[in-house]
Amino acid sequence: MNDWGDVLVTGIIKSVIALALLMAGGGLLTLMERKILGRLQTRYGPIRVGPFGLLQPLADGLKMLLKEQPVPANAKIGVYLVAPAISLFVAFMAFAIVPVGPSFFLFGKMRTLSVTNVNIGMLYLLAILSLGVYGVVLGAWSSANRYSLLGGLRAGAQMISYEISLGLAILGVVVLAGTLSPIGIVEAQKAPGMTWFVFLQPVGFFLFMIGGVAETNRAPFDLVEAEQELIGGYFTEYGGMRWGLYMLAEYINMLTVSALVATLFLGGWIGIGTGILWTVTAAPWAQLLGVFWFFVKVAFFIFVYFWFRATLPRIRYDQLMGFGWKVLLPLSVLNMLVTALYVSLR
Amino acid sequence: MLTEYIPILILSLLAGGFALTNIAVTLLSGPYRPSREKLAPYESGMTEIQPPRQRFPVKFYVIAMLFLLFDIEGVSFFPWAIILRGLRFPGFVEMLIFVLILAVGYVFLWKKGALTWER
Repeated sequence: MNDWGDVLVTGIIKSVIALALLMAGGGLLTLMERKILGRLQTRYGPIRVGPFGLLQPLADGLKMLLKEQPVPANAKIGVYLVAPAISLFVAFMAFAIVPVGPSFFLFGKMRTLSVTNVNIGMLYLLAILSLGVYGVVLGAWSSANRYSLLGGLRAGAQMISYEISLGLAILGVVVLAGTLSPIGIVEAQKAPGMTWFVFLQPVGFFLFMIGGVAETNRAPFDLVEAEQELIGGYFTEYGGMRWGLYMLAEYINMLTVSALVATLFLGGWIGIGTGILWTVTAAPWAQLLGVFWFFVKVAFFIFVYFWFRATLPRIRYDQLMGFGWKVLLPLSVLNMLVTALYVSLR
Repeated sequence: MLTEYIPILILSLLAGGFALTNIAVTLLSGPYRPSREKLAPYESGMTEIQPPRQRFPVKFYVIAMLFLLFDIEGVSFFPWAIILRGLRFPGFVEMLIFVLILAVGYVFLWKKGALTWER
């Protein structure tokens, strides 16, 4: 097979696997959230559909497809229909650079376990993440509903405010690793004299966590949805599968942010007993072990998301904006400067 | 190499196709029995008094402008961050000067109250 054929075939295989993984993952997360929230509130959560309620996401999906889905009379119908698709599209695209395991040699080429390994990975990620606001704001505006519009405006201001500290928090890691490629960043955490960046960048880690939770509009930063005051925020007028796409996008974004926390700060696929377990990198079980470690780390941060939701009350909107601009922004610039000073003097 | 961007193109086609197909399916699946009440905007049982697309507070606009400023600043940090090892200490000092200039603007914004949501 020539080079172009190889690129096309691997691209298609990886894309299909990534899409399937994200859709299944998003569906399972809805179940996991309801289970964990149930347990944290001393109830069971879904248990009726299938063993342990495992088929609940399928039942939900079927119900969403069979529901009546009217379009509000005053809505701008084109934008109204496309907006959820934009949200989902952006959520899928952001995952493209996340490596789920170590690279390996197959059919005469190095294969990475991410959809692609572009050398500007983190920059690509920031660019895609900032597109996420379009789906939300356009959907809110086109619904011609006051609650939607309020939710959409809040979402716009919140997402762009926290994006800045999110980007600057990544910079600390980039300065330490000296590369923008996620695979390179993981490799840098394995380099001699280095360790997981969470130990070298504790402030950056917390900034990224907070920014990530705010960026995905999850509790305690879920003012965008705020069901007690805004009904549902931007998706008030959406029902059935259209609403389902917004939800799927939100859960996929949670997956992506958790995967990024694991990649940037917790060493990605690097196991805990690094030295011993990595002596036979070429063995297939080492690959699987790397993937296993990665998923353990991601699952932990997903759990933290749900834990936040069960524990923390929603913060007020002026507090949210003040916190983003007056605390997180200066702190992230300071964190970057201190890291840069350390690296430049070394 | 530019071939690394081809998977992104393929993924974007597949993801966009999937999302749009889903939207198309929602137009065909399920019953459709519209009525005037069903198509009215959802207002918690009240009748709508005014249409919602009206002027909204200017502070959202201010936030959007600030975002543009600081996000471009953030992007300009990235190339510097990669080659910082080669630049050594002089590179750090140069960026420090840039950050100090930005800090002056930031303090000005803070004093003007652009960062305070409610006054």
